[in-house]
Amino acid sequence: MSLFIIVALPFLGALLPGLMYKAGRAACAGVTFTVTLAAFLGLLTNLPSVLAGEVLTARLEWMPELGLNMTLMLDGLGFFFALLILGIGLLIIAYARSYLSRDDHMGEFFTYLLLFQGAMVGIVLSDNILLLLIFWELTSLSSFLLIGFWKHLPEGRQGARMALTVTGMGGLAMVGGMLILGQIAGSYDLSVILQNRELIQESPLYLPALILILLGCFTKSAQFPFHFWLPHAMAAPTPVSAYLHSATMVKAGIFLMARMWPVLAGTPEWFAIVTTAGLITMVLAAVIALFKHDLKALLAFSTVSHLGLITMLLGTGTAFGAMAAMFHILNHATFKAALFMSAGIIDHEARTRDIRRLGGLRKLMPITFVIATLAALSMAGIPFLNGFLSKEMMLEEATHTTLFGIPNLVPILATVGSLFSAAYCFRLIGHVFFGPVRDDYPAKPHDPPVGLWLPPALLIVPVVVIGIAPFVAEPFVKLVTASVLGEAGEVPKAYFKIWHGLVPALFMSIAAVVGGLILLGIFKPLLNAWENTPRPEAKTIFEGLIEAVAGTARWAILGLHNGAFSRYALICLATIIVVGGYAWSTGTVGPATRDLQPVGPVHLGGGMMLIAAVAGLVLLHRNRLLSLVLIGIVGLMVSIGFVLLSAPDLAMTQFTVEVVTIILLLLALNFLPKRTPVESTVLRRVRDAGVAVAGGVAAFMMAYHYMLRDAVVAPISEFHLANSYKGGGGTNVVNVILVDFRGFDTYGEIIVLGIAALLIYALTETLLSGPVRARLLNRQLDQARAGDVHPMMMVVLTRVLLPVVLLVGFYIFLRGHNEPGGGFISGLVVSIGVVMQYMASGFAWTSARLRYPYHGVIGAGVLIAGFTGIGSWFVSKPFLTSDFTYVRIPPFNEFELATAALFDLGVFLAVVGAVMLSLESFSRLARRAHYDESEHPMDIDPSRETEGAA
Amino acid sequence: MELLVAIVIGVMTAGGIYLLLRLRTFPVILGISLLTYAVNVFLFTSGRLVIGAPPVLRDGMDSYTDPLPQALVLTAIVISFGMTAVVVMIGLGAFLGSDDDHVDDAPHENEMHGVEEQS
Repeated sequence: MSLFIIVALPFLGALLPGLMYKAGRAACAGVTFTVTLAAFLGLLTNLPSVLAGEVLTARLEWMPELGLNMTLMLDGLGFFFALLILGIGLLIIAYARSYLSRDDHMGEFFTYLLLFQGAMVGIVLSDNILLLLIFWELTSLSSFLLIGFWKHLPEGRQGARMALTVTGMGGLAMVGGMLILGQIAGSYDLSVILQNRELIQESPLYLPALILILLGCFTKSAQFPFHFWLPHAMAAPTPVSAYLHSATMVKAGIFLMARMWPVLAGTPEWFAIVTTAGLITMVLAAVIALFKHDLKALLAFSTVSHLGLITMLLGTGTAFGAMAAMFHILNHATFKAALFMSAGIIDHEARTRDIRRLGGLRKLMPITFVIATLAALSMAGIPFLNGFLSKEMMLEEATHTTLFGIPNLVPILATVGSLFSAAYCFRLIGHVFFGPVRDDYPAKPHDPPVGLWLPPALLIVPVVVIGIAPFVAEPFVKLVTASVLGEAGEVPKAYFKIWHGLVPALFMSIAAVVGGLILLGIFKPLLNAWENTPRPEAKTIFEGLIEAVAGTARWAILGLHNGAFSRYALICLATIIVVGGYAWSTGTVGPATRDLQPVGPVHLGGGMMLIAAVAGLVLLHRNRLLSLVLIGIVGLMVSIGFVLLSAPDLAMTQFTVEVVTIILLLLALNFLPKRTPVESTVLRRVRDAGVAVAGGVAAFMMAYHYMLRDAVVAPISEFHLANSYKGGGGTNVVNVILVDFRGFDTYGEIIVLGIAALLIYALTETLLSGPVRARLLNRQLDQARAGDVHPMMMVVLTRVLLPVVLLVGFYIFLRGHNEPGGGFISGLVVSIGVVMQYMASGFAWTSARLRYPYHGVIGAGVLIAGFTGIGSWFVSKPFLTSDFTYVRIPPFNEFELATAALFDLGVFLAVVGAVMLSLESFSRLARRAHYDESEHPMDIDPSRETEGAA
Repeated sequence: MELLVAIVIGVMTAGGIYLLLRLRTFPVILGISLLTYAVNVFLFTSGRLVIGAPPVLRDGMDSYTDPLPQALVLTAIVISFGMTAVVVMIGLGAFLGSDDDHVDDAPHENEMHGVEEQS
């Protein structure tokens, strides 16, 4: 089966359990099982090629420019892990079906589980390290969902958060490491990276890359000092613990170390970091595990300890160490998953997993007893079970390893680790299953239904078979080892057998088992001593750290972001000016290449008027009505400037926009105070003026130097000028760019404009439905209203003008393609014509005569523009390709028909709708506020006369 | 001419920044409008200043000013109207809701610890 399908199956299948929730629990579990089984069988179809030593690849270009491709690879190592993930996954799914209670949302659980499974399979089959990183993060996320599955338990939520924080942080470090590695090797493909051992190890960036990647591996595989999250993740449902925290996810870090072994291992740095971390983890976690009373916590720490053991083996950097590591991964996955499931069974049946409340279960739960005992003895390293074999190999490897030049350090620590490991295994068997039967279990324990005990029982089969006949596993483990080593080493010749003769490892093993039994014998005083020893609590430290980080972040954010807008604006502007000034002072500027244009007295006069208007605006801004007049002058001068500087379209747009903006601001000013009070101190004003002058000078310098020089690269508008008539059928190049060359931009822009108008409408609606409405209704006008609200002269004039304005708008629209004009400008002109009616004849009168809602006009505009674009699909052209033709209908002259005109119609409608909807929204506020508006225009308000007389 | 336009851009920027740093919504909105003018004119000048050569094709003309900045600034002008309208609406809504048109939150409303609020 294609590798793509194997990876995709769990992801696609993840949809099913969630959707099939209503079909029942069995259906959910069934479909999950089927999906996993399909992927499992698909994997097995590739077994012959893998056994033949082939490396299967599947490649799909994704973003080749970034080196990011969907490249999958299946070799011995990947096959081994995928087999574990999918095989144990099958057992876990069967087990979870019986384990989860009726209250648990099974569809949700299995969806998360399949997501996780797909991400894991993705990691082990990735050939591209960027792709691997994506899957890596996906495992962190899906495991977060799985650990926190019981959302009602605070421990579950805390554990999930902690796991996500630690593994996510490590993942982030690993992203950095992988990017460095890809840079060194010149490729992000694993197959290329693995070929470049010398190049990578000699690079000065080797150490940073190594440390960053190891951070990712250590956090994921719970190595010291990141071991603390795993026990807290045990708040998850037991199937999750068994799957993620024994067989798969925590092995992802180990997998990556193995995968990268050929290029990263074998250096002193690798040896020192990895072996030390592994050794410390192995011993420390084994000691802690012995004193844990919660079965799952004990197993969690023992998992951490065994992961340390594997890490230590990989750290030695020898081929034998790598082989022992692979063998132990296999053995550990079998016995540990079985143990977790047994712990789940005990929890499920006895309603407690506290070892102090258990004991004597041997007679009550004989099947569970056999399974758990065999698994635990294997973990303790008792002969004829598979754990013994790999532990012997580990001890053998330890006797050949010297760390920091201290003789016997590694063998002694390895023996101590094994000793405590044996001790907690014996404690598990002795304190849970042996001893007298008690009568105070929370529930009467008995063996579970077959659905719960069969999966762990199946796992016990390889435990015993490999234990008795090690040669069964030998070819496979050697195959996996070969693909770990790559070209960096030879697979050791050593045979897998139980009896190696009287080698040191055997004595170490015996010492460990005997020592373990002794420790169990003196467990009570030991426990007392342990409990009276003060030791750092990882969770407290972690939470303190998080609190400190959050506190710092809060301090920084609130310090910068204290709700004072003027402050952010000042910080932002000052930063821009300072950074720009720095760039200016360090950069160089070429000689001026353009001649200056002459300045006539009229130009000078216009410029002076603009400058005077700005100065007046700054000085007189407290008088708000006056400042509107002044800003109107500024806008007008800018428009005239556009006329002068060969931009007629811009001038027309600026001029019409100016009109609607001023109307808008007037409508707003109707409600706002008419004056701005003096509030800021002189010092503050001086400071602001300083920033303003600095900004102004910067803008001046930039603009001036810019205008003195030609563009470094020829502007693309040469193309537009050359093709405007030939290709776009229009002589007004600006309009052709808008509706044709860059029509897609324009399409986006009218949508933005429409959204802005809808936003204004929505805000108005919200305001009018809230407490503001009452306030508006009770509002006292702060100035007297005019006696004739709708002056007769203005009413008559605007009504006469309306057809003229519409005609002008229509004309500007039509000529737009060839002469200055077009949809934007004619839209604004028409809007002004309509707004004039509102202003002169009143809101009520106008809206009563209005047939089309403005929302609809905006929508129609966007749709027409969109459909014009889509139309080009029907002639197999890309979106918004335009076409035009010339037709002649007597008695008219020949004229042009262009699809771009249809697009421009869409622009026109969207602009009209957006402008009108915004202005109408403002006047709706005004209408609420006024007491009674006459339906009749040209009315005289007699009340004013009365008031005046009174 | 270039010097005049550059000075105009500089003056409008300075005036815009000063008004942007005021404490009430209305002057801040005016400041944003002024800055918008400055930015639009600046963008327009990236086509350099050319007098008497509008980008409308004519027989017998072989030199035109750069049309692309004009097209981009044209949409920018229209969009800036939309943006101004939204900002005005937000400012107006805030004033109508609280009878206060300060742009800064009142000091007691934020959760600052130990950092002096400036006025």
